[in-house]
Amino acid sequence: MDIRYRIIVFIILIVTLVFLVRLFHLQVLDPSYGERAEKNALRSIVEHPARGLIYDRNDSLLVYNDAAYDLMVVPGEMRAFDTADLCRILNISQQELMKRIEKARKYSKQSPSLVAQQMSKSDYGYLQEKLYKFPGFFVQNRTLRHYPKPIAAHILGYVGEVDEKILEENNYYQLGDYIGISGIEKAYEQELRGTKGKRIVFVDVHSRVIGSYKNGEEDELSVQGQSLWSTLDGALQEYGEKLMHNKRGSIVAIEPATGEILCIVSMPTYDPNLLVGSARSKNYNALTQDLNRRPLFNRALQAMYPPGSTFKLASALIALEEEVITPRTIYSCGGGYNMGSHTVKCHPHAGNPDLIYAITTSCNTYFCRSFYNTLSNRKRYKNIQEAYQAWKDHINALGFGVKFDSDLPYETRGIIPSVEYFDKLHRKSWHANSIISMSIGQGEAAVTPIQMANFVAIIANKGFYYKPHVIKAIDTKDTPNDRYPEKVDCHFDKKHFDAILEGMEQAVLIGTGRIAQIPGIKVLGKTGTAQNPHGKDHSVFVSIAPKEDPKIVVFCLVENGGFGATVAAPIASLITEFYLNREVKRKDLEKRIISMSTL
Amino acid sequence: MIKEVSLGGSNEFDIRLILYYLALISIGLITIFSTSYNPAAENFFSMSNAYTRQLVFIGTSLIIAIVILLIKGQYYSFLAYPIYLFCLFLMILVLFFGTEISGAHAWIKIGNFSIQPTEFCKFGTALALAKFFSEGKTLQEKKNTWLAAFCIILAPVFIIMLQKDTGSALVFLSFIFLFYRIGLTGWILVVGAVSVTLFLITLYWNEIYAIALITTVFIGFWIWNRRDKKKLIRNAIIYGLALMFIAIADIGYSKVLQSHQKMRIDTLLGIVNDPQGADYNLNQSKIAIGSGGWTGKGYRSGTQTKLNFVPEQHTDFIFCGIGEEWGFLGSLTICLLFLGLVLRILRLSERQRDPFVKYYGYGIAGIFFFHFFINIGMTIGLLPIIGIPLPLISYGGSSLWAFTIMLFVFVKLDYR
Repeated sequence: MDIRYRIIVFIILIVTLVFLVRLFHLQVLDPSYGERAEKNALRSIVEHPARGLIYDRNDSLLVYNDAAYDLMVVPGEMRAFDTADLCRILNISQQELMKRIEKARKYSKQSPSLVAQQMSKSDYGYLQEKLYKFPGFFVQNRTLRHYPKPIAAHILGYVGEVDEKILEENNYYQLGDYIGISGIEKAYEQELRGTKGKRIVFVDVHSRVIGSYKNGEEDELSVQGQSLWSTLDGALQEYGEKLMHNKRGSIVAIEPATGEILCIVSMPTYDPNLLVGSARSKNYNALTQDLNRRPLFNRALQAMYPPGSTFKLASALIALEEEVITPRTIYSCGGGYNMGSHTVKCHPHAGNPDLIYAITTSCNTYFCRSFYNTLSNRKRYKNIQEAYQAWKDHINALGFGVKFDSDLPYETRGIIPSVEYFDKLHRKSWHANSIISMSIGQGEAAVTPIQMANFVAIIANKGFYYKPHVIKAIDTKDTPNDRYPEKVDCHFDKKHFDAILEGMEQAVLIGTGRIAQIPGIKVLGKTGTAQNPHGKDHSVFVSIAPKEDPKIVVFCLVENGGFGATVAAPIASLITEFYLNREVKRKDLEKRIISMSTL
Repeated sequence: MIKEVSLGGSNEFDIRLILYYLALISIGLITIFSTSYNPAAENFFSMSNAYTRQLVFIGTSLIIAIVILLIKGQYYSFLAYPIYLFCLFLMILVLFFGTEISGAHAWIKIGNFSIQPTEFCKFGTALALAKFFSEGKTLQEKKNTWLAAFCIILAPVFIIMLQKDTGSALVFLSFIFLFYRIGLTGWILVVGAVSVTLFLITLYWNEIYAIALITTVFIGFWIWNRRDKKKLIRNAIIYGLALMFIAIADIGYSKVLQSHQKMRIDTLLGIVNDPQGADYNLNQSKIAIGSGGWTGKGYRSGTQTKLNFVPEQHTDFIFCGIGEEWGFLGSLTICLLFLGLVLRILRLSERQRDPFVKYYGYGIAGIFFFHFFINIGMTIGLLPIIGIPLPLISYGGSSLWAFTIMLFVFVKLDYR
């Protein structure tokens, strides 16, 4: 055989051998190509479950879902496309589109990211037809929150897109997912969100879905979010918001036997539908910038007020528990509590009150005296510090100066000053009279409406409470929310409450709270007027009804409303009437209150 | 079955070649069916299906093959030049009346079918060269002979370049085997290899490196042969030529090559790396083949090909379908079939006494091998993407007919 023939055959053999080695490497040794082929052809489509619904205690819907369509992109699968065309459909500028794509690319080249959210149904239909022109893009079906009535915005909260921090911390969420940001949506995110499902499909080079992978064997069904039953009474909530129209302040109504919040109003408020979907960030900014009304501020949980005269009830309870007074103890009131250099004035009322009458007339002198005697009880406590600490422990046990940590969003602790605070303020030399204004709800103490309402519930229960909460049942109406089942004992003798309740009854019958009377229902109550250094005093009222078997306690505070009897008492009374009777007969009072403005 | 007669040729048709042929066209049809069958289509057989059309092409090819086997073999030697000239004539016609398909202005449209004369021109050129070399001239005597032979190749290459079909033009390099076999110095292979190396260095890094490399080699030779003046002069000339080559390569690359060709070369060399851009085809092709594993994903289960990630999956990139669905065993089979076919042609050529048949055999063995080499080389990322079909497998009438004619003329010539 010719040598040249052999050389040619040799070259051909070498080339074929090189090819075979290369092929062996590609096909057998290197597994990455198989993965890349799967990445190409398989798309995992996330099935977003519908978020759980929220009902009120009477099965009326507070929150439900509406369909929405999001445009997603997988940057790694994008190819040149007509950007102008897509911009026209989405109604955004080219720069904006580029910005969004760039953001998506930064997040991940192979995972889908959001490009445009909540397109209308008609936009969606139009885009769906043209989608083949935009490789790498696809439309995802989502649901949006919707509120049939614009009520309880603060407590329901809102959902929003996850931010980068959440993405880093929690790998359940992907860019563009929604998460509860405040209120019930946040507190019950786990229950409401359900479980995402996935569907694995084959897509072709144009990202068109061709069919399911392995006949759907590896698909995971999404699990719908659990529905929640709120303790709120939607109608009552709506009524409360109506009564608080053109006012600032809040109403908290609790069923004392359970701690269930029946309504929780914070005014001014906003329409929760504003914080839904693509308009959310714009509206949210507008709401934040409304510095005058501050509608996002949840006064019921976050506003700190001087507790006012209603705090006298706590003072009295502690004095009873500390055995410095009995219900029959009488202090003389000569128009004020005299401390020598300074007098705490009292308003005019008949002679020398006992405890019940002191509550009825809200006598300052009585509570200053009893407070003084409590803190000066050197038989029991060797100095003011110990005595005050004991007093403070009682106050904390009544839910003041502490957080409930229930399902309520962003509570404020309030202020009950510590021993150390007064030590520092008075250079360790202080006595009961130094802090005497605490006894009548003025001075350093600050409380929130929810704490006050809970305190009233404690009185109604005669010494215990369940943490105030807004969710009654989860998943079905018959599976109670087991997060707050524990009864909290306040460590007060039950009998002490009788005098307090008696005083409250008298206050409504013959005292400062007469306006709160409801025909046919025995209402107990106590007015308060929280001094406001910045303007007109805040009008405060607390009530319990009906006397025999308390079903509802109400705390109402109207900022700059003046005396407790002026606004707060009528509102609390109307709320009580509405809740217990399901109708309000005192139409004139109702009308007057609704039209009243304290702004 | 195969009796080898000492006088050359055989008194039977070479059954092995025919079996290779049948195996390859069958694999081609099966693969084209896999990539183009659409279960949703109304008609199983419809001329709008690639596989139906390929079936027609195969049918006509078999008729052509039988006709060739029946016609007397002597005609080819006699008609070599006329056929060659007719092909050139068709190519010139294309320049004026042709239609453009995917960048190449190389097609004549007749009704529903498009014919690419380039494919037939390879056959014509192989015939013409065989005829030319077989006319008893001892080549070493006449320097002009080589020049004339080169002209036979350059004429179609020139026209093909005008058609902007660089890929097909490259195939004419395949006659290097024939030239080498006939007696062209072995340096031609070395020069070829060196040229490619220098070309790649020039593009990959910089012409400076290429110049530095050959300068170093030249200085080395200079020192080695400093006594031998004759060799020094020869080296100097080679050095000068190499420098010129680098300059031409650089200019040629930036000026002559079209941008998509440059992009493909850049991509292969990794000068640009943009998975979604220029090397998209290459990437998808590698993914398709690479994802095949040992035995592949199974017939009609290739995702890369079925879902159209691989471009031109039934023409130039048909090997992807085989690699993906039949895995390494499929690839191995294809490589061995081509190896067997080419080596068989060469072996039979060696046994011919008639130099015409021998040279013709070398010519077509080169063509088959180059197609195989360039096509598979590109799908597995060893060569730039050059759009030429995989012989007998890729979809397409012109290519199938041309290769059928090429092969069966050889089978016929071998049988004498």
